[in-house]
Parts: sequence; structure tokens; C-alpha cells
Amino acid sequence: MSDLVGYLLTGLGIGSGFALVASGLVAIHRVTRVVNFAQGAFAVLAAMLTSTLLAAGLPHGLAEVGGVALGAAAGLLTGLIVLGPRRDSPGTTPGTALIVTLGLGVLAYAIEVLIWGDQPRSFPGVPGVAEIASARVPAHYLLIIGVAAPVFLLMALFFARTDLGKALSACASNRYAARVVGIDVRRMGLLAFALGGALGGLAGVLTTPVQQVTFDSDVTLIVNGFAAAVLGGLTRPVVALGGGLLLGVTQTLAAGYGGGAYQVEVALVLMLTVMIVQAARAR
Amino acid sequence: MTAVEVTGLTVRYDGATALDGVDLTVADHQAVALIGANGAGKSTLVKALSGLVRPASGTITVNDRLAQVPEGREMFPDLTVDDNLRLGAWRRGRRNRDTQRLYELLPDLVPLRNRKAGALSGGQQQMVAIGRALMADPEILVVDELSLGLAPLIVGTLAAHLRALHTDRGLAVLLIEQNARLALDLCDHAYVLEAGRIVLHGPSAELARDPRVTDAYLGAGHE
Repeated sequence: MSDLVGYLLTGLGIGSGFALVASGLVAIHRVTRVVNFAQGAFAVLAAMLTSTLLAAGLPHGLAEVGGVALGAAAGLLTGLIVLGPRRDSPGTTPGTALIVTLGLGVLAYAIEVLIWGDQPRSFPGVPGVAEIASARVPAHYLLIIGVAAPVFLLMALFFARTDLGKALSACASNRYAARVVGIDVRRMGLLAFALGGALGGLAGVLTTPVQQVTFDSDVTLIVNGFAAAVLGGLTRPVVALGGGLLLGVTQTLAAGYGGGAYQVEVALVLMLTVMIVQAARAR
Repeated sequence: MTAVEVTGLTVRYDGATALDGVDLTVADHQAVALIGANGAGKSTLVKALSGLVRPASGTITVNDRLAQVPEGREMFPDLTVDDNLRLGAWRRGRRNRDTQRLYELLPDLVPLRNRKAGALSGGQQQMVAIGRALMADPEILVVDELSLGLAPLIVGTLAAHLRALHTDRGLAVLLIEQNARLALDLCDHAYVLEAGRIVLHGPSAELARDPRVTDAYLGAGHE
């Protein structure tokens, strides 16, 4: 029993990271129709910068904010490249954009190896072990859940209650009508990319203390994040959140009761199943 | 002052000419109809007015405060009616997005305010589309196909609202309409567009008697 509670909490912590990546994917896809495969790179960049800032003596909190800000900036830059630099830029088609983001993800590898090297990096999170219902869970997992939950709540409120959030939803709902009422669809797309970058960055800085980060850690994040996002057809944030948590818990349970070697495969099998089912339903 | 002034407007799509030297004027507080069959170029003119297509030649001068009721109504289907309306005032800033005055103007929308726009009937959506355009506080309203796909009774209600907005509040209107009878009835002045060219224009009462109009647009098939 105590094992199970432990696995569940750990899984929710890891799943929160996936869910953050997935939410970033959904935010960008809803507004721009672009599937952003550079999403995992935002997390890696943010984590790398945070480790450097901490090593330079910046206090916790500030260093993490710096990392998230880099994630947002990387997101904005990706958006500028994908959507074009000017107001009347034609931009790329969603299909082309997907390849462009894939390329940017690989470019990020080069930059990361150049600056931070190819060895795994990490930094300390919340120390100690918490005891909940006689289960012993590293305290940092609780921090991940404790930060991610209000972020999801704030996001939901932002989209449901603010005019800016509604304008973003309007671009997702009907681009043509958004232009008719004078919403700058491209600027909203850039905002979505920056938001996606920040969410990816947050995932990176939150999970790095429990999972070391290397330049190619983005693969795990994007596979899991995409699997979670694809559950909701890349358009439904709540389903993406649930999908991320489900994946985290499933993987931790699989690792806890089975073996740790198949974690990514769990996500891949889930993703393939969902995509095959959805494709069959679309017929 | 004019609300819309179009001179020598030519628009081409991949070499095909959609509009060919179109001249059209809507004076302030005037209601003008643009009549034409499918494919005559009516929608292209609307898109050019809103800056959504770039003209090959010619000039377009429009009042800054032009708002559009687009063809097909173009709701934000997953947003509520109230949110659809608020977004109509997007350009005007947060302080001017209050929907209260609009509900006084179009009370039919009050019971619908919290419904998703995508769940409404065509007539209700058209009312929301008009309301959304009014939220921009326009001096000219461009209405692209008011009656398309709607039952006659509903079209009558919508037309009455539009007429009241024009006569009581001095709103200029450019009505792009397949239903020529409705358009001539609602507007003081009309233009007839055929294959990208203006072939006739003048006061609606004159056009309604012109055999070229009665034969082609007011025949039995258009009753």
C-alpha cells in the first residue's frame, strides 16, 4: 500500500512535467495549427541555464525564473522563425512549420553542447523525504505538483476570464473571424509560442533535480508531452493535463512493479494506440 | 465625407480577374446595396475593403470605423455569445468592451448571452454577427449576405433591425446581397455587379423598375 502511494505521488510529479510540456504544445497548436517539436528543447535550455545561474551563486527561485524566461524567449524566437518576422509575413504552412521546429530542436542540441557540454547536468531541488500515508516520497516531487497545479489553474483562468485569453481562443476557434474583428492573429501566435516556451521551460526547471538533464533529454519530454497532448487531439488542454498525469503514473507504476527500462515505450505505445484509434475514427 | 470610396478597383487571383475597374461610393449615413449573382465578385470586394486581399490596381478609401458582418456569419463557435460580442470591440480596448448597451439595442440576444455561439440557429448567429460588428462602434457596417440560408421570417426581423440602425442612428450600410428585392427595399442606392464589373447603379427605386434588373434579379425565381 505504501509502495503504491509512493509510486502515485512520484508519478504525478513526473506526469506534471509531461503535462506542462503537453500544455505548451496544445497552446501553440490551438492558436497557430503548428505542431512544435522544439517544445522539449525549451525545457532543456531552461534547465541548463538554471544550473549555470545556480552555480554562479544566484538563489533558488531567481535562477529558476531565469530559466523559464529563457524558455519563453526561445519560444518567441521559434515563433518568429515559423510565423515570419513581419506583420504581413506569409509564414509557413503547418506541415512545413513542423519540419522547421524539428530542425530548430536539432540546432538547439548544437548550441547546448557548445555552451554546456554533453555531460548530464543537474541541480539540487527540495532536499529530504516526505512521509505521506506511510509512503516515503522525495520532497521535490511534492514541489513539482505544488507548482504545476496552480500554474494549470492560472492558465485555465487566463483563457476563461481574460479578454487576451479569449482572443487567443478566438484565433483557435475561427482564424478568419478573428481577423474580421481586428485581432492580430500573428501576434497572438507569437504570444502562444512564448507561453509554450515558458511552460516547457517550467517543466525543465521543475524536473531536473529528480531527472538529470542532457542536451537530448528533449526526446523523452517531447515523446511523453506529445503522447499526452495527442490524447486531446492537440487542442484540448484539460485532456492534455490528464494525459500527462496518466502517463507519469503509468510509467512509475510500470517501473515500480516491472522494470525501469521501458518507460518511454509506455508513452510510445499509448501514443500509437491513440493515433491509430483517432485515425480510424476520422474515416 | 464618404464612408467608402472605391475607384478603379481591380483584383486578380492567380491571373483570373475577380474585380475589374470597380467604382463604388457609400456616403456617410447612406445605405447602399451591392447586388450580384454567385461569383460576380461581391465577396472579393468585401475582402478588399477589409484589407484581406491586395488589389492589383485602384484605390480604396474606407472610414476607420468600418465593421463587417462576414458571409457565413463566422462565429467563434466554442465561445459564448457574450464573448463573441466582447471580441467585436477588440480594437477599442478593454474599457469599451461592455456589452450592456448592445443588449439594450438587440434585446433578442439577452437570453442567448451564455450559450455557445456554435449551438445557435442560423438566424440567431446572424444576429450575433450584427451585434459583434456593432460592438466596434462603427460608422459603416458592411453586411455580406444578410439573408443567405435563412428563413424569410427571420430575414424580415434582421432587416428591420438593420433598417432601424440606419434610419434611427445614422449608420451607413453597405449590404452585399443575392436577394435583390430585399437589398433594393432596404437601401437607398444600389450597384449591380456582373462578372467583376459594375454594370448598373443608381437609386434603388429606379433600379427596381429597370427591366435589366427586373428580368435578371427580380424574376419569378427570386420571389
